[in-house]
Amino acid sequence: MKVTIALIAVGGVLFGCGTALLLSRPLTRILLGAVLLGNGANLLVLATAGRAGKPPLLYPGTDPKDVADPLPQAMALTAIVITLALTAFLLAMAYRGWQLSGDDDVQDDVEDIRIALRAEHEGTRAELRAVLRADRVRQARAEETEDLDDEVWDHVLGADR
Amino acid sequence: MLGLIAGHFVLAACAGVFTRWWGRRAFLVLALAPAATAVWAALEWNAVAGGRVREQTWRWAPALDLEIALRLDALSLLLTVLAGGVGALVLIYCAGYFRDDEPGLGGFAGTLTAFAGAMLGLVLADDLMLLYVFWELTTVLSFLLIGHSAGRKANRRSALQALIVTTAGGLAMLVGLLLLGHAAGTDRLSVLVAHPPPAGPAVRTGIVLVLAGALSKSAIWPFSLWLPGAMAAPTPVSAYLHAAAMVKAGVYLVARLAPAFAAVAPFKALTVGLGIATMLLGGWRSLREYDLKRILAYGTVSQLGFLTALVGTGTRDAALAGITLLLAHALFKAALFLVVGAVDQAAGTRDIRRLSGQARALPLLCAFATLAAASMTGLPPFLTFAAKEAAFAALAPLPLTLVVAGSALTVAYTLRFWWGAFGPGERAAEAVRPGGSGPQAPGAAAAAAADGAAPPTGRPAAKNEFARVGGWEKTAPVGALALAGLVLGPYVGRLEPLLARYAGTVQEGTEAPYHLALWHGWSTPLALSIAAWAAGAALFAASTPLIRLARKTALPTAEAAFARTVRGTEWFALQLTGTVQRGSLAVYLTTALLVFTGAESYALAHDTPWHTPGGTPRLADDAAQAAVALAVMAAALLCVTARLRMKAVVLAGTTGYGTGVLFVLQGAPDLALTQFTVETASIVVFVLVLRRLPSRFPRTAPRRRRVNYAVGAAAGALVAVLTYLTAAARQAADARDALVEATEHDGVKNVVATILVDLRAWDTMGESAVLAVAAVGVTSLLFLRRRAGALPRAGDGDEPGTVWRAGPREAAGPESLAPERTWLAAGGTLAEERRSVVFEVLARLTFHPILVLSLYLLFCAENLPGGGFTAGLVAGLALVVRYLAGGRYELAAAAPLDAGFLLGAGMVVSVGTGLGGLLFGGAVLDAGTYHTHLPVFGKIHLASPVLFDFGVYLLVLGVVLDVLRGLGAKIDQQIEREQGRTGPEGGEAA
Repeated sequence: MKVTIALIAVGGVLFGCGTALLLSRPLTRILLGAVLLGNGANLLVLATAGRAGKPPLLYPGTDPKDVADPLPQAMALTAIVITLALTAFLLAMAYRGWQLSGDDDVQDDVEDIRIALRAEHEGTRAELRAVLRADRVRQARAEETEDLDDEVWDHVLGADR
Repeated sequence: MLGLIAGHFVLAACAGVFTRWWGRRAFLVLALAPAATAVWAALEWNAVAGGRVREQTWRWAPALDLEIALRLDALSLLLTVLAGGVGALVLIYCAGYFRDDEPGLGGFAGTLTAFAGAMLGLVLADDLMLLYVFWELTTVLSFLLIGHSAGRKANRRSALQALIVTTAGGLAMLVGLLLLGHAAGTDRLSVLVAHPPPAGPAVRTGIVLVLAGALSKSAIWPFSLWLPGAMAAPTPVSAYLHAAAMVKAGVYLVARLAPAFAAVAPFKALTVGLGIATMLLGGWRSLREYDLKRILAYGTVSQLGFLTALVGTGTRDAALAGITLLLAHALFKAALFLVVGAVDQAAGTRDIRRLSGQARALPLLCAFATLAAASMTGLPPFLTFAAKEAAFAALAPLPLTLVVAGSALTVAYTLRFWWGAFGPGERAAEAVRPGGSGPQAPGAAAAAAADGAAPPTGRPAAKNEFARVGGWEKTAPVGALALAGLVLGPYVGRLEPLLARYAGTVQEGTEAPYHLALWHGWSTPLALSIAAWAAGAALFAASTPLIRLARKTALPTAEAAFARTVRGTEWFALQLTGTVQRGSLAVYLTTALLVFTGAESYALAHDTPWHTPGGTPRLADDAAQAAVALAVMAAALLCVTARLRMKAVVLAGTTGYGTGVLFVLQGAPDLALTQFTVETASIVVFVLVLRRLPSRFPRTAPRRRRVNYAVGAAAGALVAVLTYLTAAARQAADARDALVEATEHDGVKNVVATILVDLRAWDTMGESAVLAVAAVGVTSLLFLRRRAGALPRAGDGDEPGTVWRAGPREAAGPESLAPERTWLAAGGTLAEERRSVVFEVLARLTFHPILVLSLYLLFCAENLPGGGFTAGLVAGLALVVRYLAGGRYELAAAAPLDAGFLLGAGMVVSVGTGLGGLLFGGAVLDAGTYHTHLPVFGKIHLASPVLFDFGVYLLVLGVVLDVLRGLGAKIDQQIEREQGRTGPEGGEAA
């Protein structure tokens, strides 16, 4: 099939710009990225229909051979309306984010950061736990001997190491 | 058979209620299920021994060829008797063992009964998948039973350990069963065994995997670590699951497969080699334990090794010995476990260094325990003696030597057990003697902890005031099991027909088959038995130095290795997650896109699908298209770099309108119309929100920006190239002609609208629902608490009455700039400085024409560009105009409807049309038309797609209204509240 470069080029550029916007932090930009990406995708779908044609309206005198392929059009139509719903929803989210935090940036996931930090400090954790366990053992031993004066002597002589 | 299995589960489901009604006595009712099983099996005994096989099949999903197939043959019958009989006795014992106020008693009782059912299903299953299901069911139920007192860490650890080990084995077994089943072309166990597939790599792999499951279930080395840990379970559970029933499942599977696969290479090596190794290791290990239950646990491990070795040998006589011993072992080991439970409850400890005088305290139990212990050592005239004689007669010299050594160990630990439980307790003195050779720690728990093992030693002796001896419920089952082992010895000949029925399938046509009997004359096996008793007694006599030796030579246990493995897995998972999952959406997206583009580019470079049958592409269809395309590209690129929010939005809108123009040029007026209306609505919505957000985007780090641009460029280029290649490679004609023909056939003219409401009406309906959900999402994000009802109108309650003030009221100046006449319903509510006569007049003049236009677009959609979506958006734009011209009271006046009502009505209409199609046309969304003649209008033609489209129209209108209410009116209110100028002075304007 003969392809129209112009449509594909526009679609590609819109797609690329949309992607670049999607990768940034402010939710508004992400949303604009989604809008551009949606337009680009619709154009690309339409581009697969081939050559421009007459509108697919079957009035007398219209030769069905001249009509543009209606299938991609029907595919793209609902996508356009969904884009509007997406826009409204993401904007509401951006607004809510602004209400809560003062900007509409997408924040890093706190739980993920915690996991990463835990992975980094795993060694320290083991050390601390060992220290705590030693502490507990010492306490248990002190309780077992039930030496009430022990604590007093600790002040005089210093505690066991 | 199916009924019996189901009966168990039904009773298990009722267990909670029963325990609430009758307390611990509920166990007696629950025991009915396994008791019925045992009775049924006993009634079948002679028939099955005579060679009859009972089968039952229930095809529950014939279309998928799935069925529940059960089969009762000699081997199944023996295990059914065991599972049912021991199960019933253990449940009776439970009635004496537990207290009425035991926490979680109902759940425990139910789980134990369900386990009995699962065990029954396991031994009766003839279908490979069914076998696996019951197998894993026993694993899970065992996990729940071990973790009965989940409050203690040791219990949780043991339960998890058992679960991990046996489930890992079970999964391996699943793969093995599938391999074997595939190789044999059947999923029936009986067929698989009767017609085994020829040995090949797949079959050998399958055997190894199935054995991994079987051996892990039966706690054979190197999987034996979980069984001693499982002693954390209440003693009845140990008696049933970990001595009589569940651990026998592995032996059962080995015995089941032995007739078919004993001759195939790794089968015998694995079962006999590992079995005998386990027998020796387990026996040796049990010599250095002090906890009665752990002595028995290692003894069980040892005996399971023996059993596996016997049934895996693959000769008739060894198989006969194996299943005889299997029966005998279940009887004496369950009895001994139950005795331990009673002793533990009576004395408050299971540590043999602290027990003394139990023979006097529990004389009857002591007698039964003596019987069971004698049976364990294999003394005549017990059943075990007959089994062991058979085993010694059946084995080859090398395994025989090792097995005799293992039997000596068995004798030693049995003596140790009996002496520890009921002896005078001399060891207690030795253990606590300061400076002695025994362990230093004074308490039993501490001793076990020093051993590095789980301390399941029960209550310390200090709490002895809670000790209970228990009634007949505890003694009777022990007696029944112990006496059965004694009585069956002399009558072993009566058992032989059934046992030999199975053994005969292992090896056919044996000359001079071995017969079970207590007395075979003065023979080698008898001599070996005597040697084993003597050696065992000697070992016991020398036990003090031996224990010391055993403790010194103790290798790092499998438990420690297991714990390290688990810890290592967790560490690795943590490090991997911590490295890979950094929490930034942008990073994730970049990664995903880079992988996508990289992989696709590699595929493109590798496969070079560059040939284009369509010939050279054309640059553009016409000059206008090229010009618009260039403009859209420029706007898109500028949009990416724009730092002002509003500028970016306007540029994005420009690309949207440009896209619409391209649609027009391409010959897609429907798309263009929708695109224009959507773009307009979007820009309005953007502006409504952007008035609250900062005017500039925050600065992005240059490096990050460059990465974003690069990834975006790569993704865009790749998608463009892919689209080009797919479109250019296309050779088939498009679907246009068929669609055009279908539309002409319907007598309408707009092909796209026909597709939407007819051919892909399902999609349209689903997408309308998406729209509704999005609208609900918007409102719930903004109206945090309540969204019901229409918007407040001017003059309602404490509404301020004036909206959109530019500044403080005084700033407006003394002379009012406002027009004197209002053109809109609520025009007076707008702050004076915001009013514009031109806009008001225009809004007034255009509102109704736009609404009429929207209806026109809706109803002419069959023949002209338009349709529900477009029409709904156009009507929504009319509301937008009213809102922009007159504020939120104006919106309320223009649309006194609840947006939620519109959404719901729209959904009801379109879904209702769809269902109507089902009702009248036979399929959901089936289109129908109705022709009639009205006096004034003339010929009328009503089509159900139009009604469907009307639903979409209402819904889209509701969405726009909802968005306006949320992002417009609600934000207005919030702004006013923040400015703190909601006061009574607003009321005058109303």
